[in-house]
Amino acid sequence: MTECCRALSSSQLFAWELACRAFAVPDWVLPPPSAILAALLRDYRLLLVHLSVTMSEIGLGLIVSIVLAIVLAIGIVASRLIERSVYPLVVASQAIPIVALAPLLLIWFGYGLTPKVIVVVLICFFPIAVNMVDGLRGVDHELIDTVRSLGASKWQTLRFVRLPAALPAFFSGLRVAAAVSVIGALIGESIGASAGLGYLMIRAAAPFHTDHVFAAVLVSALVSIALFASVTWLERQTLPWRTRPRTEP
Amino acid sequence: MSRVDTDWRLELRGVTKVFQRDQLQVHALGPLDLRVADGEFVSIIGPSGCGKSTLLDMIAGLEQPTSGEIWLDGAPAPYRLGKVAYMHQRDLLLPWRTVLENAIVPLEVKRIPRRQAIERAMPWLRRFGLAEFASRYPAQLSGGMRQRAAFLRTLPTQCPLVLLDEPFGALDALTRSSMQEWLLMLWEDLDRTVILVTHDVEEAVLLSDRVVVLSQCPGTIVADIPVDLPRPWTYAIVTDQAFVSLKARLLAALRRQPTLGVVTDDA
Repeated sequence: MTECCRALSSSQLFAWELACRAFAVPDWVLPPPSAILAALLRDYRLLLVHLSVTMSEIGLGLIVSIVLAIVLAIGIVASRLIERSVYPLVVASQAIPIVALAPLLLIWFGYGLTPKVIVVVLICFFPIAVNMVDGLRGVDHELIDTVRSLGASKWQTLRFVRLPAALPAFFSGLRVAAAVSVIGALIGESIGASAGLGYLMIRAAAPFHTDHVFAAVLVSALVSIALFASVTWLERQTLPWRTRPRTEP
Repeated sequence: MSRVDTDWRLELRGVTKVFQRDQLQVHALGPLDLRVADGEFVSIIGPSGCGKSTLLDMIAGLEQPTSGEIWLDGAPAPYRLGKVAYMHQRDLLLPWRTVLENAIVPLEVKRIPRRQAIERAMPWLRRFGLAEFASRYPAQLSGGMRQRAAFLRTLPTQCPLVLLDEPFGALDALTRSSMQEWLLMLWEDLDRTVILVTHDVEEAVLLSDRVVVLSQCPGTIVADIPVDLPRPWTYAIVTDQAFVSLKARLLAALRRQPTLGVVTDDA
């Protein structure tokens, strides 16, 4: 399977390279993979500097999203009042066009880290929160009754049953959030920034340094994949009971 | 009311349960009067839908009776959660906890530190032959072992009253009979009061001191029959004359119910 994918993607790259050379496509329109790779190797220091900025936006944004989503989800599940008053707002937050929000964020928070983190949070907290709500709600009620019959308080029921039972759903949400978090950071940087991969793309596009644009896109894509993979890894570490092989003694 | 006889571990006094479902009132149970002595093993049998599980839910404190009172150890006990050990037909082990971690849940709920809880639970694991599986997850165990682990969970808290809701119903016949023998052996040196809900008449006779027969919905007690078979028995007893006639009496009591009545509640 992976062999097949590898063969396919390498043949695509080869076709891309060949097409660029055969039709003599100018580099500023579409650089061949070899030129992108060359730019990547030549300017890796610059890319690393901007990558570190973008990564800190993503990292902070994801942490805030996780905390916010968990708190919201617990609140929504615990109280009908919160569910009725907050859940619609959570959904509505996804309808806000970030382009419209951009000038406001700029006015309120300037060119620094904050507006980017806000955009990342706006994009990332939603999939986590929605999955978490479903996870907390979908708990086998008899498990809850079992712990209740032991005399568990509401808080203990949450700790012993609801939260661990919701973890798989939480990780599904986090995987989606991790993959789209990069988009959030890039959009945030396009609002107005002085550093970051998104800033680099815009700055390189103006003088038609298309190979740089592609190099930055490639790095962002790799970040997305790496984040997705780390969440999957983290999930395996956290939920050994789901992955251990079933053995009949 | 004055304190009467503290020898009763559990007393049900005119207990009824009516469920409100939309506009419909379903009279599920009662009125029931039942007394269970300390150290007694009582089985409750009845047609399905007679409210057996509802009765256990009420004794455990998960549900409150619509009217009547439940007494524990000679005093009214309106709050019973945490005072009665309860085990279901499904093992209901927490799948994300190992066998050992599941065994200490009741102790952790009572805020006993983890290390101490493990020290208290380990002897039980050894006794139940589960020590070498302590770090396995429930999904890695066979049905019989999961059921044993679930039963184990009811013991370290020292709750004197244990409720068992068809604990062996989901097991195959062979595992079931060995689990029954094992349970009886255990009960004889544990000094617990056990209430067992089952619809297996043979199981009821084999295990109990007394068998209570419930009627169709709404469940009321139609027979309360002491079991006076010699103990310890072997499985050969199932062909013994006394055993057979007792079984016949219980079946007759069950059969007196119209079995084709409207079943409104399968709880």
